[in-house]
Amino acid sequence: MTADTLAGTGRLVRFMLRRDRVRLSVWIGSLLLLYVYFIVALGSLYRTQEERQTRAALMETPASVIMAGPGYGLDNYTTGAILANEMVLWMIAGLAIMSMSEVVRNTRAEEESGRAELVRAGAVGRHAPAVAALLTVVIANVVFALLSALLLILAGDLAVADSFAVAAGTSLSALVFAAVAVVACQVTEHSRGASGLGLAALGLAVLVRGIGDLQERHGSTLSWFSPIAWTQQMRSYVDLRTWPMALSVGAVVLLLVLGASLASRRDFGAGLTGVAPGRAEASPLLRSPLALAWRQQRTGLFWWFGGFSAMFVASGTYLGDGIEQTLETMAEQNPAVFEMFGTGDLADSFTAILLVFGGVFAAGYGVSAALRAKTEEAEGRTEVMLALPVSRTRWLAAQLTVAVLGATFLMMVGVAFALWRGAVTAGAEADLGHFLGAGAAYVPGLLVVLGLAAALYAWAPRATPVLWALIAFMGVSGMFGSLLDLPDAVLGISPFWWSGMVPLEKVEAAPLVVLSALAVALFAAAFAGFRRRDVPR
Amino acid sequence: MPSTPSSSTPAVEIRGLSKSFGPVRALDGLDLTVRPGEVAGFLGPNGAGKSTTIRILLGLLRADAGTARLFGGDVWRDAVALHRRLAYVPGDVSLWPNLTGGEAIDLLTRLRGGADKARTAELLERFELDPTKKARTYSKGNRQKVALVAALASRADLLVLDEPTSGLDPLMEAVFTEYVRQAKAEGVSVLLSSHILSEVEKVCDTVTIIRNGVAVESGTLDSLRHLTRSSVTAVVTGDPTAVASAEGVHDLVATPADGGTRLTFDVDDARIGAVLRLLGELEVHSLSAAPPSLEDLFMRHYGDVVEADAR
Ligand SMILES: Nc1ncnc2c1ncn2[C@@H]1O[C@H](COP(=O)(O)OP(=O)(O)OP(=O)(O)O)[C@@H](O)[C@H]1O
Ligand SMILES: [Mg+2]
Repeated sequence: MTADTLAGTGRLVRFMLRRDRVRLSVWIGSLLLLYVYFIVALGSLYRTQEERQTRAALMETPASVIMAGPGYGLDNYTTGAILANEMVLWMIAGLAIMSMSEVVRNTRAEEESGRAELVRAGAVGRHAPAVAALLTVVIANVVFALLSALLLILAGDLAVADSFAVAAGTSLSALVFAAVAVVACQVTEHSRGASGLGLAALGLAVLVRGIGDLQERHGSTLSWFSPIAWTQQMRSYVDLRTWPMALSVGAVVLLLVLGASLASRRDFGAGLTGVAPGRAEASPLLRSPLALAWRQQRTGLFWWFGGFSAMFVASGTYLGDGIEQTLETMAEQNPAVFEMFGTGDLADSFTAILLVFGGVFAAGYGVSAALRAKTEEAEGRTEVMLALPVSRTRWLAAQLTVAVLGATFLMMVGVAFALWRGAVTAGAEADLGHFLGAGAAYVPGLLVVLGLAAALYAWAPRATPVLWALIAFMGVSGMFGSLLDLPDAVLGISPFWWSGMVPLEKVEAAPLVVLSALAVALFAAAFAGFRRRDVPR
Repeated sequence: MPSTPSSSTPAVEIRGLSKSFGPVRALDGLDLTVRPGEVAGFLGPNGAGKSTTIRILLGLLRADAGTARLFGGDVWRDAVALHRRLAYVPGDVSLWPNLTGGEAIDLLTRLRGGADKARTAELLERFELDPTKKARTYSKGNRQKVALVAALASRADLLVLDEPTSGLDPLMEAVFTEYVRQAKAEGVSVLLSSHILSEVEKVCDTVTIIRNGVAVESGTLDSLRHLTRSSVTAVVTGDPTAVASAEGVHDLVATPADGGTRLTFDVDDARIGAVLRLLGELEVHSLSAAPPSLEDLFMRHYGDVVEADAR
């Protein structure tokens, strides 16, 4: 990497910061707000140390371990220990997604669209866009680290050194994922593929440390393979050690060296592998908008399904022996908590949390699949289709069918069936019908989200980013809602709240019927809107 | 349903068409007619409203006012039925990145009701297009060819072409021109938006020039030529002041030349006789007059845009 290949980096950084100032501010602001909310809620819900200890007991359950951290400071669960144990994972995940999407958006996506060609043709070096994207992300993460440290010190009244350490560690862990995204952008030529690889790495990191932390209190060797652990293992607010941060720094450097060497090995716009010629004539099946939409999306669905299956089969194994083991240790350590959960309840509460998360991920897939319609329109391909004897209804129905069936398939097979499979593998006596029935209870809520995506696309295509805020909220409220005592009016924003934490709570018909009706109404509105509006708009 | 085609129903009929995008008035009372079997050129500077007009004709955009009919049918209500009879080539062709060119052509022609294989193969050969390449690896010209092959392969009654040759090399442009002539011979109507005047001059029967969303000229090529100016170059020895101030003479430039003065100027075709008589008195050494070309016509209208913008 000579200075030449970096020419123009400074200008690009300024441009990216300007272009994405709203986007980055919203991300950082929302994450800071989550901290504030958590601190305030903790203060009001857990006034005394005894009360905080009951929360510590809760954190011993496997579901909590997966969704939180290695459990430092559970013996003396102070506000700081709670934040470090329970929030760090989510802050890293949030920052990582922000960072990865920022990298992909400013490098591979630009290259794919051809806009980067204009930039590169100017006085801009070969490595400049990637380095500039990374610097932009570094700046955003540093800003977050400073603000969150100040917030923890001022609003949370927490130790200064620990606050700066945990904030720095969080940002560094997130930067590891930004570096993963840089590498992913070299490996695949599609921005979608690069984002997928990055998210898969994040999912794997969450899972690896979850399983590691379940194996052993305070984490096993396995935990240390996850960049998330490198912040969690700093024992902030308990017995601070800062050296694990060095692991993040080392990983970032290694990944960037790898990325640079891959980058100099490929052509502009290409991936690592060349493009093989395809068939000269289309298969006889490719003769409808539906066949086309399926052809466009099947690869993506396949990968999502692979990721889902791996994640939920692995999680499901903890419904087998894992549960019993935990129950035994728990009975020894803390008989009071053991009485709080019956055996069945414990398995069901774990299943319910996993199903909620599966539902949120399936909704994420469904929304991204439905919004392919928006990409098609922006690229001018919708126009080509509608200039054929293809009605608007038929075209939109094709796009939405793939999204709806794909999301439902992921929920039922990639989540519910996979959990059952994992539980059976681990030796549990699980009933497939029980799992599928519980999974099905989330489908109406899923369809409401997709209906909303369709309606927004038809009536107000510019408002579709709201959907990602909704999905993030569904994840956060599914995780923290009950713990933090959010009002029902707020919890009710998530369609899943209406159907309840199945199978922990009983399935009720009425909310499912109402959700289904709402979904139907939203889809109907989408078709009505799309029939009347300008294309492209 | 569109009314049954009769020889007198225009293929395209637009009356008083208006369309605004927020504050931008893209079309402002446009009139345009393409009679059956006619090849109509559609010219205008960037942003004049050509693509907007075509999108309204395809039922993609909804007009604010005015009527647009294809074969007598309503372009919005009867869109699907009308589209069975037409083929469209957009100005900026975007293809499905993971489909090959051949797959895209098959998909497009199948949805239009099928094409005969021999003709597709012939078109692929004439346009020198490799159908096995993935669309994302095609150059701009080759993407354009995919759309052209798909449009020409399916037998349509109307071809709607929005700058169809942008990105084609001159050889391919010639092939395109040949196919448009062939389509015309078969009685197909064509609406051809273009910036390439030689192409329009070669194939079009009529021309409509649009500016700021209104048609500023329209008619057959020959009738439009009467409205134009010829450009004259002459070397004279006498004093050219009389010519410079004569009515109908524009943009006169006088430069010294061997044995006299070189004059170049434009003259309104209606005044050409009078101006020639004035020149005759100045001892003409040499004289050449270029016939009015579409380009001159075009430049005049484009020039007006620049002036109007400057004002
Ligand atoms: N979707 C849209 N939203 C806002 N403005 C638009 C939209 N589509 C077109 N316009 C505006 O309408 C006007 C006409 O555009 P149009 O694309 O029809 O021009 P054109 O004659 O095809 O130009 P060109 O020769 O460059 O292709 C332009 O001022 C353009 O900016
Ligand atoms: Mg145009």
